[in-house]
Amino acid sequence: MGNILELVNISKSFDGELILDELNLDVKENTFMTLLGPSGCGKTTTLRIIGGFTTPDEGRVLFEGRDITNLPPNKRQLNTVFQKYALFPHMSVGENIAYGLKISGKSKTYIDDKIKYALKLVNMDGYANRDVSQLSGGQQQRIAIARAIVNEPKVLLLDEPLGALDLKLRQDMQYELIRLKNELGITFIYVTHDQEEALTMSDTVVVMNQGYIQQMGTPESIYNEPENAFVATFIGDSNILSGLMLQDKLVRICGVNFICVDTGFGVNKPVDVVIRPEDVILDEPGMGQLDGVVTHLIFKGVHYEMEVMAGDFEWLVQSTEMHAVGEAVSLRVVPDNIQIMNKPESEDEEAVVIDV
Amino acid sequence: MFKRKSLSLPYILFILCGTVIPLLAILYYAMVDKSGHFTLANLAAIGDPLHLKPLLFSLLLAFICTAICLLLAFPLGLMLRRSGAGKKGFVIFLLILPMWMNFLLRTIAWKILLQKTGVINAILNAVGLKSLEIINTPYAVVLGMVYDFLPFMILPIYNVMIKIDNSLVEAAYDLGASPFRVMKDVLLPLSMPGIISGVTMTFVPSMTSFAISEILGGGNISLIGNIIEGEFLRGGSRNVGSGISMVMMVFILISMALLNKVDKNGEGAVV
Ligand SMILES: Nc1ncnc2c1ncn2[C@@H]1O[C@H](COP(=O)(O)OP(=O)(O)OP(=O)(O)O)[C@@H](O)[C@H]1O
Ligand SMILES: [Mg+2]
Repeated sequence: MGNILELVNISKSFDGELILDELNLDVKENTFMTLLGPSGCGKTTTLRIIGGFTTPDEGRVLFEGRDITNLPPNKRQLNTVFQKYALFPHMSVGENIAYGLKISGKSKTYIDDKIKYALKLVNMDGYANRDVSQLSGGQQQRIAIARAIVNEPKVLLLDEPLGALDLKLRQDMQYELIRLKNELGITFIYVTHDQEEALTMSDTVVVMNQGYIQQMGTPESIYNEPENAFVATFIGDSNILSGLMLQDKLVRICGVNFICVDTGFGVNKPVDVVIRPEDVILDEPGMGQLDGVVTHLIFKGVHYEMEVMAGDFEWLVQSTEMHAVGEAVSLRVVPDNIQIMNKPESEDEEAVVIDV
Repeated sequence: MFKRKSLSLPYILFILCGTVIPLLAILYYAMVDKSGHFTLANLAAIGDPLHLKPLLFSLLLAFICTAICLLLAFPLGLMLRRSGAGKKGFVIFLLILPMWMNFLLRTIAWKILLQKTGVINAILNAVGLKSLEIINTPYAVVLGMVYDFLPFMILPIYNVMIKIDNSLVEAAYDLGASPFRVMKDVLLPLSMPGIISGVTMTFVPSMTSFAISEILGGGNISLIGNIIEGEFLRGGSRNVGSGISMVMMVFILISMALLNKVDKNGEGAVV
């Protein structure tokens, strides 16, 4: 599988402020790629550069190997689903969907067939003659998606398309989008700041911060092997502790030696250690590796979330078993679930270039 | 509730004194003859060629003036939409500035500029061009009307146009539309409420104005406004003047109703 889209050394500033700094990104054909990052990190800017709405100050955009950096949006073989839907208010649902096809001069029968097909695809048969203003947010969203996909773009860009929807509708739409992608065989580039959404939907997750790509990989690798503290904290809850790598496969945290699986950090090297709250096992005092006391308890539905003071650190723990506040417990972590990361040399470096 | 109602009292009084009572007075004069007997002759007076011709000529000039204003204001709106936010306010300010000057003064200024020995001709002659002889012709009247009423076209169009969400324009580009099609398929239809307001606010005053045709037409050009003015102020019949005014008003109300029908959403409606 080749790269359908490549961003090469893209830089962009607004009002003298550097938003994207030499960004490189390869998008494989037929993947569902998600750009994930906090607000203002440059996700929309990246997407707009791909769509042709923003010109990068430096760098090139390649589409199937061809340089399209200076091609206007109407000449690019990709379509966008805008964050605010951007449906034409003076056209009916059907006319909205038909717009791109009319521009490309398709026949009336072809267009009518496509409208029917697209409405079926987004589960909205029979809505062709409705006014767009009469639709609910979720329905408008689906029409925006239908309007983009009838043109059979090679790449579909989606900017937080589910941001305005409630939880239930959002989950339904997530499954619908995955189904669409599999049915249509289109490459999706999807922007979100919702990490759960990113992990659920994507083949590849790109974690961004302050205009840099922090880590890129499968949802599993991003979650299980975060490469730095930013990724670890941004993706899910985690305990990030200062540790000392005594030697390969042995790390000292909170004054206790833990066996781990990472190697190659050197001897007696300060490191950051990531432990997911669901990976901390609670036991009777004295039975585990570290003793502590429960300080907080919240019921979260599927599990209890507790904070345990142990070894001068407030551990976040998730467990289906409840331990009351004040109860003495012990903690244990299996070697596989201890993730070692290099300590950043300075504060700045927390958001700095990481080769991917 | 009661408090709210009493707050609106000044407005109700104002509308009563400023609109309803004068309107009823005109209606009364239109329906009676000099001796106070009921008649329809004043309304029928519009059919007199002496009145009908100016009416049709007024229509023609108002139509031309409105069309020119629209052709100037719409592209200007497009340009202002595209240019940076900071510049827009300033350009609009410059365009509105003449409105702060007295309307008659502005028109008289044009008379001086356009005179046979006026400033414009002096400049034209100085660079070796022929004199512009449009003063006291319908051209000068149209020029004056366009100058005076253009802001009424620009403002509503501009106001509607800058509110069009740019993501709609981007969506059209995204779907393959050329800049011309974006204008035709998205910007023009979405500007319709503003265009209709602008057309209304330009057409009505240019249809009824009498000062511009008097000053720049040099008494040669008789528009329906001049006829009505003559009936009221220059020895005509107050009753005939009222009758023609009444007919004009109905005429304008009907054309506004037709215009508003074009505007599906009714947002830009003025009447
Ligand atoms: N047209 C613009 N002019 C000036 N600054 C801009 C412009 N577009 C974006 N920015 C700035 O660039 C930065 C990144 O913006 P961007 O929209 O790419 O963020 P984002 O990652 O999409 O955030 P969010 O999750 O809030 O949508 C922000 O600080 C924003 O203020
Ligand atoms: Mg954004």
